[in-house]
Amino acid sequence: MPANGSTELLSQDNGSDTESQVVDRQQDQNLPADQIPIRFDETWFSYNSVPVVRDINFSITPGEFAAILGPNGSGKTTLMKLALGLLKPTSGQVLLFGEPAETFTDWHKVGYVPQRTQATESRFPASVREIVNFGSYSGFSPLSIFKRDKSNRVDEAMEMAGIAQLASRRVSDLSVGQQQRMLIARSLVRKPELLVMDEPIAGVDAAGEEQFHTMVRRLNRDLGITIVMVSHDIGAVMREATTCACINRDIVFHGPVHQLDAQALSGLYGFPVDVLMHDYEHTHR
Amino acid sequence: MPEIFQYEFMNRAILASVLVGATAPAFGVFLVLRRLSLIADTLSHVALAGVAIALLTKTFAPVVALIATTSAAVSIEELRMRRLLPGDAALAVFLYGSLAVAVVLISIADGFNSTLFSYLFGSVLTVTQTDLWWMAALAIVISVFMLMFSSELAQITFDPDIARINGVRVHLLNLGLAVLTGATITVSMRVVGVLLVGALIVIPVLVSLRITQGMTRTVIASSIVGVFVAVVGMVIAYYADIAPGGTVVLTAITLLVAVELGAFLSRSLGRHSRDPDLANHSHSHESHAHGTVDDSHGGQHSH
Repeated sequence: MPANGSTELLSQDNGSDTESQVVDRQQDQNLPADQIPIRFDETWFSYNSVPVVRDINFSITPGEFAAILGPNGSGKTTLMKLALGLLKPTSGQVLLFGEPAETFTDWHKVGYVPQRTQATESRFPASVREIVNFGSYSGFSPLSIFKRDKSNRVDEAMEMAGIAQLASRRVSDLSVGQQQRMLIARSLVRKPELLVMDEPIAGVDAAGEEQFHTMVRRLNRDLGITIVMVSHDIGAVMREATTCACINRDIVFHGPVHQLDAQALSGLYGFPVDVLMHDYEHTHR
Repeated sequence: MPEIFQYEFMNRAILASVLVGATAPAFGVFLVLRRLSLIADTLSHVALAGVAIALLTKTFAPVVALIATTSAAVSIEELRMRRLLPGDAALAVFLYGSLAVAVVLISIADGFNSTLFSYLFGSVLTVTQTDLWWMAALAIVISVFMLMFSSELAQITFDPDIARINGVRVHLLNLGLAVLTGATITVSMRVVGVLLVGALIVIPVLVSLRITQGMTRTVIASSIVGVFVAVVGMVIAYYADIAPGGTVVLTAITLLVAVELGAFLSRSLGRHSRDPDLANHSHSHESHAHGTVDDSHGGQHSH
């Protein structure tokens, strides 16, 4: 299995170094449990008894902009689904604001932007505004169809995500980037404390990517929303995120992005990535 | 008064068409958008097995069919949720399994007869007063369910994971949707027949997805289109003396073709009647693209 291979490579080449890099979990211990957005506690998950996520231990602290990096098939998406209670860990646990994720109910604290939605491929008839307004859902309320939406919050959220002008457009007519911003707007209506995004800029062009990062930066720095973003783009992660977790079934590195070095990335991808790091520094000086 | 309305049976058939035309496609919106159209087909075959049991045991067919479809719907949903079988495989097992049960039971019950034919393809003659009461009751239940859970259903249809993280009880609602899909099929089979009920659930939805926008409007438009095609189909069936299943579905398909053609024409006309500057601009791009296509065609021709 490729994933196993790369982990072995890591332990042979630089195992001891990486262990020292793994940031200890003491940092979150001063905070009350219900203020820690996500905490993985010896989390394991297997599909048909093949472990996909192995013994993950780390926390996302309030205000963090955490990037989750890892090669394809490394369990990043599974990890996010575990964090959101969409999957149940095979062993260990995942705490969302101090509660086990599978039984968590305080969903207004959490925003989620998936990689793609089921609806984007079909001729989904809803307007952008209708989808954003899903964010104002606060539990079952019969005859909600006759109620007006919470216009101010919906408008504000669309403004913040830069899609106010698209309000009446049909969802299926949007570009990938616009759809992602619509999903973020939907989350923002809820005024979340935590925003989880799974490869949100996959398929977005360069201009859209820049717009996207500017917006997410604002959400994190100005509004103090904790961001967890699964990403493939090491360059963007180095620029935007405050911390980074490198996953390849088990955790290879977790710590501030400035400590993320070639060694950790080599361990993650199973091949040397020095060139990529130099490239990054070069273009930004 | 036109001759058609002088017959009691025909009034009942038209009323049944209105009830079925209004409920089946409204429900279909959620199935089509979730790519679950095939579930309608599967459950209609399950309904046929129910009808066969009723014919054999001489019980009231709609009730037996209702029990069969709702329990099959729940089983399929559970199999899908627990990932015991891939979604489409579960549907196939139920479709062929129930068809086989129906074939066996029908053979035991002494072969095909006119009652069975009316269940297979619908009938203008056989809608009874009791059938109508059943249809009305189920239509009310379905409408109330859709009104009460409109937001939840729209959210699940958009994306089940997002819905769940939004606090929607996805599994429970999916079960409700599955049960009522079974009920809708049972109600509809009297008018269009078991074999064509899926078409009445799906095709009016495709028409309304083309002509309108917004979840609520799409559901309402699907109902209106459904009533229109069911009634028109039923009237044609009466005058032409054929099974209404065929005429209803053909009316729906004609409408779909017309709407798609209209959309295609308005798109191509719209392209030519744009603002002249814009049109020139896009035209230059288009001609460039066309040039490439033509070149490649030319290349192919010369070979």
